[in-house]
Amino acid sequence: MAMDAAGVHARLREKFGDVVGPLEASGRNASATIVPARIAEVGEFLKTDPALRFDCLSNLSGVDYPKQGHIQIVYHLFSYPHRHAFVLRVNAPRDNPQVATVSGVWSHADWQEREAFDLLGVTFDGHPDLRRILMPEDWPGHPLRKDFVEPESYHGIPTSRESLLKA
Amino acid sequence: MADLVQSLFAEATWVHYLVVALLFGAIVVFGLVLPIAGITTWVERRIMGRMQSRIGPNRVGPAGFLQWLADGIKNMLKEDIVPTAADGPLFRFAPYVVMVGFVGTFAVLPFTSALIIADLNVGILYVTAVTALVVVGILMAGWASNNKWSLLGGIRSAAQIVSYEIPAGLSIFPIVMLTGSLSMQEIIKLQGWAPWSWNLFANPFAFVAFFIFFVSALAEGNRTPFDLPEAESELVAGFATEYSGMRNLLFFMAEWGNLYVIGAIVTTLFLGGWQIPFTFESKVVQHLLEFATFFLKAYGVGVLVPIWLRWTLPRIRVDQMMSMCWKYLVPIAFVNLIGTAAWMIWSPVWLQVVTRMVLVVSAAAATMMFAHRVVYHLEYAKLTRAHLLFNPLATTRSPG
Amino acid sequence: MSLAGFEVEVQRSKDDGGVVTEDMTLSMGPQHPSTHGVLRFVIRADGEVMKEAIPDIGYLHRSIEKIAEKVGWHGFIPYTDRVDYVAAMFCNHGWSFACEQLAGIEVPKRAEYCRVIADELCRIHSHLLSVGSMAMDIGAFTPFTHAIREREYLNDLFEELCGARLTFHYMRIGGVGWDLPTGWIDKLSHFLDRFEPLVDEYDRLISFNKIFVERLAGVAPVTAEEAIDFNLVGPNLRASGVRYDVRKDEPYSVYPELEFDVPIGTGEKGIVGDCFDRYIVRMREMRESCRILRQCITQIPDGPVIAKVPRNLKPPAGDVYVRLESARGDMGWYVVSDGTAFPHRCKIRTGSFSAISIVPKISRNLMIADLIAVIASLDLVAPEIDR
Repeated sequence: MAMDAAGVHARLREKFGDVVGPLEASGRNASATIVPARIAEVGEFLKTDPALRFDCLSNLSGVDYPKQGHIQIVYHLFSYPHRHAFVLRVNAPRDNPQVATVSGVWSHADWQEREAFDLLGVTFDGHPDLRRILMPEDWPGHPLRKDFVEPESYHGIPTSRESLLKA
Repeated sequence: MADLVQSLFAEATWVHYLVVALLFGAIVVFGLVLPIAGITTWVERRIMGRMQSRIGPNRVGPAGFLQWLADGIKNMLKEDIVPTAADGPLFRFAPYVVMVGFVGTFAVLPFTSALIIADLNVGILYVTAVTALVVVGILMAGWASNNKWSLLGGIRSAAQIVSYEIPAGLSIFPIVMLTGSLSMQEIIKLQGWAPWSWNLFANPFAFVAFFIFFVSALAEGNRTPFDLPEAESELVAGFATEYSGMRNLLFFMAEWGNLYVIGAIVTTLFLGGWQIPFTFESKVVQHLLEFATFFLKAYGVGVLVPIWLRWTLPRIRVDQMMSMCWKYLVPIAFVNLIGTAAWMIWSPVWLQVVTRMVLVVSAAAATMMFAHRVVYHLEYAKLTRAHLLFNPLATTRSPG
Repeated sequence: MSLAGFEVEVQRSKDDGGVVTEDMTLSMGPQHPSTHGVLRFVIRADGEVMKEAIPDIGYLHRSIEKIAEKVGWHGFIPYTDRVDYVAAMFCNHGWSFACEQLAGIEVPKRAEYCRVIADELCRIHSHLLSVGSMAMDIGAFTPFTHAIREREYLNDLFEELCGARLTFHYMRIGGVGWDLPTGWIDKLSHFLDRFEPLVDEYDRLISFNKIFVERLAGVAPVTAEEAIDFNLVGPNLRASGVRYDVRKDEPYSVYPELEFDVPIGTGEKGIVGDCFDRYIVRMREMRESCRILRQCITQIPDGPVIAKVPRNLKPPAGDVYVRLESARGDMGWYVVSDGTAFPHRCKIRTGSFSAISIVPKISRNLMIADLIAVIASLDLVAPEIDR
């Protein structure tokens, strides 16, 4: 039975109380913000509760908000049995972003969290194999951050080239 | 050939014999073996192209006929790369071992009733023994390349060839029993020109032995569906990955030329060899016709059919291939062997004649049905596709 | 032992005869003759049987998501082609769809129909390549060439439509770039007349060939629970028996007005969710796409093909997550806007990324030749994985 966003939020509040923030937006984009350290328990509940049954983590994105001083991880959840969706957000402080891993709940999160770690530098506590996935193992920095400065060279290969259009 | 030498030289020592034999061998190798291997590549590429809805090579010479020459020259001019970490002597030597295993078989392949380099009285046994040299060459190539993927390819190939020697050998035995001799010319002489006198239809066990031999020979020649050792999508070129230029070409010439050898052996054993219905006064005409008969049979069954199979069928996996050999082909080949022996001892003459007729008639019927289906599909294709030829630049919906 | 940044634990065992066996570590390296792109697998094998196959990705990483933050809303569309260049129309559509949702732009009806026609043609285009290269990986070279031959006709259609054969850049925010050329609809239905019987011909040629079925049936089955857990999407998910298609269950564009079936895998030749199911679902989807195209041809209305969208587009701040059914499954576009002319973040969640993450799990104790079949059946394309 498909539940609307308000219903999902109410159930979450019922179970976790203040760990779950207020309901933002509405419809398909309705979301709630969760405390970073508790996201795994919330995820486990969302997956196993019979009325909710969010068995699929459709997407896990990391977004860098330098102005607000945090990196936000957005979890888009979907339920195949009930065909409803919900969004969770987690805000981790920019200087030391640490979030509990949900790879024990949804296996899809394994690689998505590795990508968030690689490109944004978010550490996921409890992840079985947190290492870089897209960038080379010894790449300095996290490229998707807004303040990322590309290194001058990598293993002796320069990362910029003189413009061919100069006179 | 002994008489030839004695007629040429008054005092013929072993040196004379050796020189004439080498000369003869050189003529056969350069005049027959290498062109056959080369022209087969052209035939394969043209047929492959047509099956794949495209034209094959068509630029070098008329209908691309000189493509194989161009490829040979190009490969000879290529840089000879030997990997630094490869085992140099073994790496360089392996293609020659494979070529010897291939070219050596030509010593006993008959072409006409008189044209055969050496009519050994252990002809077919010699062929089986010499083709086994190829395994050694492939293993050497796989190991000496210092490349794990080449090694995998080499080992797969060795396992495959060695395993499929068994059903191949076992399928030769019924024919040898029927003939009572291992000599190639003897086997042909005891068949006749007509299909019902071929060894293929002698008894049902020989009939099955033909198919088992054909499949085993395909497997020994590393042809699809058994070409896992050179599976392109997995291993680039298997044991031949690290080879470039002429060495590479030697491996593949051996593979293509081997097709003709398979065809020649199958024709000798099962399909009546060079026998023709009439005898001619002119020896030249007689031998020409015999050669044409043998060559057409050998080329048709040995080259054209495997080409057709290669571009139609997918590849069998290693374990499936092994289980097919040991669990299915070997027991059936044993049954054939024992069955032929029992047949020879116990079947009355009338049963032999009747069986021959029945087998010939059913084979003819199957061939007719197949030809009918082919013609039907061609007509059907013309009907349903004629108005569907798609010309993207056409502005009206016009046929063809 | 270490193999280019990997710590692969090699197992050594000593049997009763005192013979020490060690696993072999192979790198099915970034260069190999396969159409799936620049992928690398580190295989730990005991002879032919694999103990572990670890994918190593990132060879085709072009930081497309970061480029989105630099080139602006309209300027990003050509880059979306390169996200999955085998099925580029879907990527264009996804980005445009997400921007329209953010900015509240309404797309004209004719443009939506043009989009669906382009999408379904692209689906056939992509499935032909997937099915053809799968046959080629298994060893049958001829179906690949026939598939490429059909793709050539599709390429001609696309070239007439938008000028490109691979990276189409056809859709714009608010509609499509160009209207359908005169006579193009006729050529399209001409093509469909030719193509539909040919799908049956491919079935006769390769799909039920005994050797092909033996290679694929029962190999690496994926149960529905595993598929959902790893977020397999599209034909991979449907082959495991889950009846879910974004076009049917969360329809977008004009899909509510179109009638088509969704083929799912039933384990007809082996186990539900094996490689053969994944293959046959794609074959059947091509037929369904032909059905959709025929309906679009009759139903397409007249009208403008693009809405009025400001050149200097500045959608209000917010984020949106749109999903559309690409050839490789449900492609998710999470786009964040901060009210400026440049996107704040664009995250593309592709089907191949999740599919390759399941390879280590399902390829245990398979043979190396089976790994090729698994990779081909999951329809992995490297650009989608690495972006």
